[in-house]
Amino acid sequence: MENKKLTKVDLIFENDGTCATTVLDKIKAMSQDDIIMEMIDSGLKGRGGAGFPTGLKWKFTKAENSFDKYIVCNADEGEPGTFKDREILDTVPSKVFAGMTIAGYAIGAKVGYLYLRAEYNFLLKKLNDKLDSFNATIKDKGFDFRIEIRSGAGAYICGEESALFESIEGKRGEPRNKPPYPTVSGLFGKPTVINNVETLVYATMIMKYGADNFKKMGTQDSRGSKVFSISGDTPNAGIYELELGMTVEDFVSDFGDGDTKAVQVGGASGLCVPRKKFADMIIGYEGVPTGGSMMLFNSSRSMYNVLKDYLEFFAEESCGQCTPCRVGCQQLLEGIEAVKRGEKHPSYLESLKKLAETMKLSAKCGLGQSVANPFVSIVDNFREEIIY
Amino acid sequence: MAKYEVNLKVNNIPVTVEEGSTILDAAKKLNFRIPTLCQHPDLCVAGNCRVCVVEQKGARALPAACATPVSEGMEIFTNSQKVRTARKHIIELLLSEHNTECTSCYKNGKCELQSLANEYRVNENDFIKLVNKKTYTIDDYSPSIIKDDSKCIRCQRCVRTCTSMQFVSALTVAHKGDHQKISTFFDKPMNAVVCTNCGQCVNRCPTGALVEKNYIDQVWDAINNPNVHVVVQTAPAVRVGLGEDLGLEPGHRVTGKMVAALRRIGFDSVLDTDFTADLTIMEEGTELLVRLKKALVDKDESVALPMTTSCSPGWVKFIEHKFPSLLPNVSTCKSPQQMFGALVKTFYAQKKGLKAENMVSVSIMPCTAKKYEADRPEMRDSGFKDVDYVLTTRELAMMVRQAGINFEDLADEKYDSIMGESTGAAVIFGATGGVMEAALRTAYEIVTGREVPFTNLDIVPVRGFEGIKEAKVLIKDVLPEWGFLEGAELSVAIAHGLANTNKLMAAVQRGEVNYHFIEIMACPGGCLGGGGQPIPTSPEIRAKRMEAIYDEDTHMAIRKSHENPEVTAIYEEFLGKPNGHKSHELLHTHYTKRKGY
Repeated sequence: MENKKLTKVDLIFENDGTCATTVLDKIKAMSQDDIIMEMIDSGLKGRGGAGFPTGLKWKFTKAENSFDKYIVCNADEGEPGTFKDREILDTVPSKVFAGMTIAGYAIGAKVGYLYLRAEYNFLLKKLNDKLDSFNATIKDKGFDFRIEIRSGAGAYICGEESALFESIEGKRGEPRNKPPYPTVSGLFGKPTVINNVETLVYATMIMKYGADNFKKMGTQDSRGSKVFSISGDTPNAGIYELELGMTVEDFVSDFGDGDTKAVQVGGASGLCVPRKKFADMIIGYEGVPTGGSMMLFNSSRSMYNVLKDYLEFFAEESCGQCTPCRVGCQQLLEGIEAVKRGEKHPSYLESLKKLAETMKLSAKCGLGQSVANPFVSIVDNFREEIIY
Repeated sequence: MAKYEVNLKVNNIPVTVEEGSTILDAAKKLNFRIPTLCQHPDLCVAGNCRVCVVEQKGARALPAACATPVSEGMEIFTNSQKVRTARKHIIELLLSEHNTECTSCYKNGKCELQSLANEYRVNENDFIKLVNKKTYTIDDYSPSIIKDDSKCIRCQRCVRTCTSMQFVSALTVAHKGDHQKISTFFDKPMNAVVCTNCGQCVNRCPTGALVEKNYIDQVWDAINNPNVHVVVQTAPAVRVGLGEDLGLEPGHRVTGKMVAALRRIGFDSVLDTDFTADLTIMEEGTELLVRLKKALVDKDESVALPMTTSCSPGWVKFIEHKFPSLLPNVSTCKSPQQMFGALVKTFYAQKKGLKAENMVSVSIMPCTAKKYEADRPEMRDSGFKDVDYVLTTRELAMMVRQAGINFEDLADEKYDSIMGESTGAAVIFGATGGVMEAALRTAYEIVTGREVPFTNLDIVPVRGFEGIKEAKVLIKDVLPEWGFLEGAELSVAIAHGLANTNKLMAAVQRGEVNYHFIEIMACPGGCLGGGGQPIPTSPEIRAKRMEAIYDEDTHMAIRKSHENPEVTAIYEEFLGKPNGHKSHELLHTHYTKRKGY
């Protein structure tokens, strides 16, 4: 790709065969609190999408008084348009394992689970082979820690942290009530740190290069770099690690096809940014946060079809447990179809927006709460396309 | 560990509650009612219907009051505009996927969703009617329970009941999203899975998605047929529950009014299951003593001990599925309902000069599993179906209303004779521990010639709501013919609710415990908390029913089964002796091993 505006970074995929082992030697000499302080200092926020400060998560979990604690790597990468964790697990798995070990050491966990998306089972053999030697290595180095892999069964909802715990525990993957949060009561009811694949690799790299180096990149609210899964109407679809803090306009000028009318930031559950807002919108926690998915749409695309696809996805992938999400998703989908067919007046879209707001306020977990993101941003910005 | 107190404000009013309380508890303390659907006092928190959402100052989302613990300084608003809009939306969403043909619904007027819709005056037309776009099946294969998915609001009360409270797991959640439903193993009909027909799910379903299969019309047909003699029997627990469905507060004993109402409805003979409860004590007590003799004197190792009761058909189906190897431990006695049925079409018909083929035998039970029991192939020893129709307490209340009877004003009447006489020992069959207490009152006296050594015959250790109860009774100074029991300590246990039962029976199976006699009731609190009792149910309501049961016992003239004059008479005139030939023919049976799924 020809680089016009954006700074490409090479931290995540930096091919360093000995990186994991060097970092582990380094942290062995550090105290748990030093590691956590370094993580807090780096300003790293969770790369799965929700953006909770990673260091704080570790701190809270370490503070819990419990003999059993767990570290869980969330590799249930299910958000439509996101495919960066697959590449990370495929190319630099030992850096993921190292991140889990660092977290485990920092919080006092003896076991780590990597929860692998069912669709990524083709990676399972390779990961297990790597893991065997990795577990042996950390044992030799004196870490009282081991990692196991658990496979999902194909439900999007199991990417939600508490549903993921339920799934590992062998139950139906349904989100739990919060509080209590995982740092207090997570997997098997024990204090648990759950981090995204990419977050854990950044933890490894922060330990390698230091928080100060990491902080040099990005903005006040969005430190460092991030791996993006770029798809849609772009000549440069693929996986890129970019410094945070760019505007959508910068992004589109590098990745667009010259005719980009909208960018869906953060996958199906993210926000749709229309062309008129490209210049003002920063990609990061101060603007549009993202777990990595960037979908570009050009003028040949019907935003009605885009929204309908998303809603069909949510109507199917809701766990069905809570009313606002289970029924709300179906109503939003049926609703825009009815408006399109002329069976409902266009003003019905206003009722649906209010319903989406209720879902955001009252759904039990992040899935139902975030359906309003694409719905409201697409309906508001592409109203004509929805109606006519 | 001492619990800390937490201070918060609900609707600007300060309140202090224990740490660990929910927002719902705090609001309740201030007399603010927050509507709920998935929440139930008997079940663990689910937090999935979201009807109870409230506004919390400073929080982005609206927390569910039932599932959110209080925290210091919290400020909660239970009826803000934000809350009202969300709550109304949620009710409308539920209605949009709910079959709202309320007028033809069995739960019309008793549906929690219906009353919420009424309370919030929802405009149903706003959202698209999703229920019309899907196909639903009504599962009416079970003789006890009808499951109608078009009325299900997925609150999962039934699943939590079936899984946690009853440890049966016949009902479970299947599929996800728009296809999510409450289902069974491989979506098989309810009569083809491990369902015990206990009906606890029916007691807790907020809508008409799970209801008992009702036989009201069939019973009216029989009553209005001049060529048929309709006999009705009423179970012990019905008399302490029926009032709740007819305008009275929980805890009222309505035995006399119930008998009067049954006569006004038009039953030809109004008789009492309590009579065969007394008979059960004679049969089951004798069976226990015979088993003990075989084990202790004859050293017969094939004798299955501990012996368990067999009155609760939910329990019988449970052991058939879950512990089939322990079936020899179950008493061969039929339940009082089925003993009654077998005797009505033989002994009673003979005494009254009736022809069995012209008789219809109806029973009023606090139970849905009794409907299944009456249908069992084992239950036809009179040459006919021993019990033709089983109605729940709720169905009887409906018949009373249909008949236009002003129940509260009825004067008390007495049961017909014969088979209408009973004792206090029989009435306590309706409470957990009651069969045990009744059996001990009789067995102890048979063996020693003296009354049980408890004040006023009240065997307090076997009473109450503890999940598993144990008691030991030392037997000494026995009558000469029971010499082999001299100095023996009779060890008994009692469990109610199938999760407790599972624990107890698993311990028995592993050989960890040594009891002689075990009483099991499938439902919480025993029959008084049965699946056919008035809805709603809660620990408080069941406690009131239990008080009423023991109150009834105290007020009975005779309180020991073996002193029931009609019981003495039936042995003299018809049965011969307990566990005799005739008894075995009519009053005893064997059950069937079933699969665990």
